[in-house]
Amino acid sequence: MNPLAAVGRAALAFMAATGRVALFAGAGLSHCVRPPFHWRELLRQFIDIGYYSLPVVGLTGLFAGMVLALQSHTGFSRFSAESAIPTVVVVSITRELGPVLTGLMVAGRVGAAMAAEIGSMRVTEQIDALVTLSTDPFKYLVAPRIAAAVAAMPLLVLTADTIGVMGGYLVGVGKLGFDSETWLAGTWRNFELLDVVSGLVKAAVFGLIVATMGCYHGYRSRRGAQGVGAAATNAVVSASILILTANYLITELFFSA
Amino acid sequence: MTAPAIRLQGVSKRFGGKVVLDGLDLEAARGESLVVIGGSGAGKSVAVKCALGLMRPDAGRVFLGGAETTALRGAAREAVMRRCGMLFQGGALFDSLRVWENVAFGLIRRGAGRAAAKATAADKLAAVGLGPEVGEMLPAELSGGMQKRVALARAIAADPEIVFFDEPTTGLDPIMADVINELIVECVRGLGATALSITHDMASARKIADRIAMLHGGRLVWQGPAAEIDSSGNAYVEQFVRGRAEGPIRTAPGRP
Repeated sequence: MNPLAAVGRAALAFMAATGRVALFAGAGLSHCVRPPFHWRELLRQFIDIGYYSLPVVGLTGLFAGMVLALQSHTGFSRFSAESAIPTVVVVSITRELGPVLTGLMVAGRVGAAMAAEIGSMRVTEQIDALVTLSTDPFKYLVAPRIAAAVAAMPLLVLTADTIGVMGGYLVGVGKLGFDSETWLAGTWRNFELLDVVSGLVKAAVFGLIVATMGCYHGYRSRRGAQGVGAAATNAVVSASILILTANYLITELFFSA
Repeated sequence: MTAPAIRLQGVSKRFGGKVVLDGLDLEAARGESLVVIGGSGAGKSVAVKCALGLMRPDAGRVFLGGAETTALRGAAREAVMRRCGMLFQGGALFDSLRVWENVAFGLIRRGAGRAAAKATAADKLAAVGLGPEVGEMLPAELSGGMQKRVALARAIAADPEIVFFDEPTTGLDPIMADVINELIVECVRGLGATALSITHDMASARKIADRIAMLHGGRLVWQGPAAEIDSSGNAYVEQFVRGRAEGPIRTAPGRP
């Protein structure tokens, strides 16, 4: 075995997969803006992604904010810098933890479900049946999921941000002995619109990533229960890695100048 | 002479190194019911998928209703699909939609209002022996036989000119299989449609076929009127019809 050939094969396979995903995402997005639209499907997906993710996203935000206040207290109290704790909480939540944790949770909940649903539709010939009923599967299955995820994710992140900052307040005031006004003043002083906006941009991109990976892996699912299971796993893993990568790139874009 | 409703000309398809269709020629005249028989893995499903455009053949041409449809895409392909119906082996009902929405799916896509489409769906469900209360159920709540009936109702809902049936009786008990066969014959005659079915169920083939063709190794090895199936004089057909292990069709594992 030539080790160079193995490296080359892996590189080529990676390039080919990247190209396939890019073409898939491009086709999905182009169907989002070209009529006819499947409004009923879009609404169904929006409710499924947006509304039913609320409990998970809310709990994630709550505990992220709480633990953030607790941890920064253990660190900052050593330097008598307790007054910075509300700042740390609001900046960390709106810039990073809100979008990233929400993205990862939604990737696990929604991405896997999409891959499994579309994968079983592929395996049971339902996607072929769509074609025989004069319906483009991209338009009916992929486009509504992408559009719904891109629209729902910023709303979910806004929810996570709000609940996260509130969680920090609960711990700060309830446990760490902060005065309520001092905490709120500290939060408000360092609350930047740009932080929230960058978080929402991230959210929309993460929504695109989750829906694209879920649909892509489901669409290419192999036959059998194993194929559908692998599709779900691949959707979650690839979406999570892409979310973390995209998160860095967008942060660089917004804040490194 | 009018053009045949379905014509496959030299259609070939391979998956990796495995040749599934090897220059298949097949024709069904308008209003005719052609049944393609053959063993598992003979390429029957692939032939139907190539005919319908769900798969693109590597070589060869496909004509539906006299016009070539081999390489159509997008809106042109959708227009062809509007004239066709297909009953899938597993039913392929959309499990997130109720039964009537499944049956009415193609009608709504063609611009029918939901109320009108629902009424038509109820008529089509009645035609396959199902009451309107079934329309409100989800596919997962139905038995296999009922799912096949719903799938049949969906395939014929838009009054297609050409209907494809993929193993219509697989997985059904003999009585339910006969009911489905009867329904297929009734529906196809009622529509005056051309039917192309694939099956390995000889009882089904005898019941619904005007003409039978036998597929083996990616090519037709015999075709003729359904009545002549028992006197074909063809070794492949004889072996298949009698269901014998010995003969020219090898079933040993590891065949080429």
